[in-house]
Amino acid sequence: MKRAKVAYAGAIHDAVEHGAGLRLADGRVVAEEAVVWLPPFEVGTVIALGLNYADHVKELSKELTLTSKDEPLAFLKSPGALIGHRGQTRRPAGVKFMHYECELAVVIGRSAQNVKREDAMACVAGYCVANDYAIRDYLENYYRPNLRVKNRDTCTVLGPWLVDAADVSDPHRLALRTLVNGKVTQQGNTRDMIDDIPALIEYLSSFMTLGAGDVILTGTPDGVVNVNVGDEVVTEIDGIGRLVNTVVGDALFGR
Amino acid sequence: MIFMLNQALAHLQGAPLATKAPVAHWETLASTAGGRAFLPPTRGTVYGTLLNHRDALAALGEQVNAAPYKAPPQAPVLYIKPRNTVVGHRVPVRVPGGATELEIGATLGVVIGRTASRVSEAEALAVVAGYTVVNDISVPHASVYRPSMRFKCHDGFCPMGPAIVARVLVPNPDALDIAVAIDGETVQHSNTAGLVRPVARLIADVTEFMTLFPGDVLTVGVAADAPRACAGQTVTITIDGVGQLENTLVTGAAA
Repeated sequence: MKRAKVAYAGAIHDAVEHGAGLRLADGRVVAEEAVVWLPPFEVGTVIALGLNYADHVKELSKELTLTSKDEPLAFLKSPGALIGHRGQTRRPAGVKFMHYECELAVVIGRSAQNVKREDAMACVAGYCVANDYAIRDYLENYYRPNLRVKNRDTCTVLGPWLVDAADVSDPHRLALRTLVNGKVTQQGNTRDMIDDIPALIEYLSSFMTLGAGDVILTGTPDGVVNVNVGDEVVTEIDGIGRLVNTVVGDALFGR
Repeated sequence: MIFMLNQALAHLQGAPLATKAPVAHWETLASTAGGRAFLPPTRGTVYGTLLNHRDALAALGEQVNAAPYKAPPQAPVLYIKPRNTVVGHRVPVRVPGGATELEIGATLGVVIGRTASRVSEAEALAVVAGYTVVNDISVPHASVYRPSMRFKCHDGFCPMGPAIVARVLVPNPDALDIAVAIDGETVQHSNTAGLVRPVARLIADVTEFMTLFPGDVLTVGVAADAPRACAGQTVTITIDGVGQLENTLVTGAAA
């Protein structure tokens, strides 16, 4: 099942995929364009992975001071940064390098504490596509990646669907890609994650209790390029979804 | 949602809801020997601020200009304490296996009352519902370049409370004495007069790129020479006019 959360006709609804768009929990069938798409579930703690694809590590290696890695580079984001499918993301005027990151988002479905690798997949409720933007102009070397780079309003896009884990036969064999204005700019496959999903759940749950609604953004492969105001950025993962986002400028925000 | 207070709000363990009462009511309950534990007074996102005390920044000295930092911090240095870390007054905090002592990060928590986006310094205090005491606990670590989540995100690593005291009862949040006692002996004194960014300025700089929502907590940062405590010891943090937060460190299996 593919599940969504949308605003329609004055209320917020749970919905599922339907041949004609979406079917709301109350039975109404509506077109994809007729609703406002929200992040598809109540989001708890948002954990993101830096440098979890070998090719992306190479891409960014010029700015790394760490050469050997003994644990996943995980960091936190807040639910306030999230927006849904077909949303708008602000590119501040004057920045030089703002880039998307197409990532498989793993949604936790039950409380998980000290979970071993072999039991980890049983904790997964499902998967989404995430586009975790970064604005590298703001990078500083304290508590990297700092929130001003990675936790800005509108800069974490999640959706369109939460796809039930039972419907994804192998989450470690999914092609993912980003298209900017229809042109493919990033391609990868989840089989190339350095720390796979069970490893990440085992690692995180070894020191923190994960709860239902927590989400792990599993990192992005090589191929991040600058985007500009007006660009349509589509991050997609085979079998999970096609997440559309538009980059907008300061004027819309009265800046 | 708007969250405004004119007295104090707290949530006694076992009580169905958080309730408002005069500060003295909560002070009495919180200080009664053998009294009940409290739940956290809010469930919003907790944002920590680092290096926002002049002496904490000064303690880094010339290191700020050397690798890996390479420059003094420009924007506020922020991080997130995830929801699994947040506990209330008198709730025991488990020292994780492998750590012999924990660093006690005594700080003022600013509790947001109105959605705050791009708030000016002059208007900033008007978005504050009140203040609470926060113990931002860490596994001691020297580098603030890219610290592992393990250091700050163990379950129970963010005691908070006992109550949120209304902003109107705290005339100047930038002149509050903060004392830390371990087993009754005072080991650290600091004052929010030492902040690099006073409360209003901090709110303004944070909300420039990231919206704060009602119930969110923004801590103002910890002073230099944070004390350490080990299992079996009781940590008490007192902030003038805001409250006294007490938690005992324990060993053993997680609850």
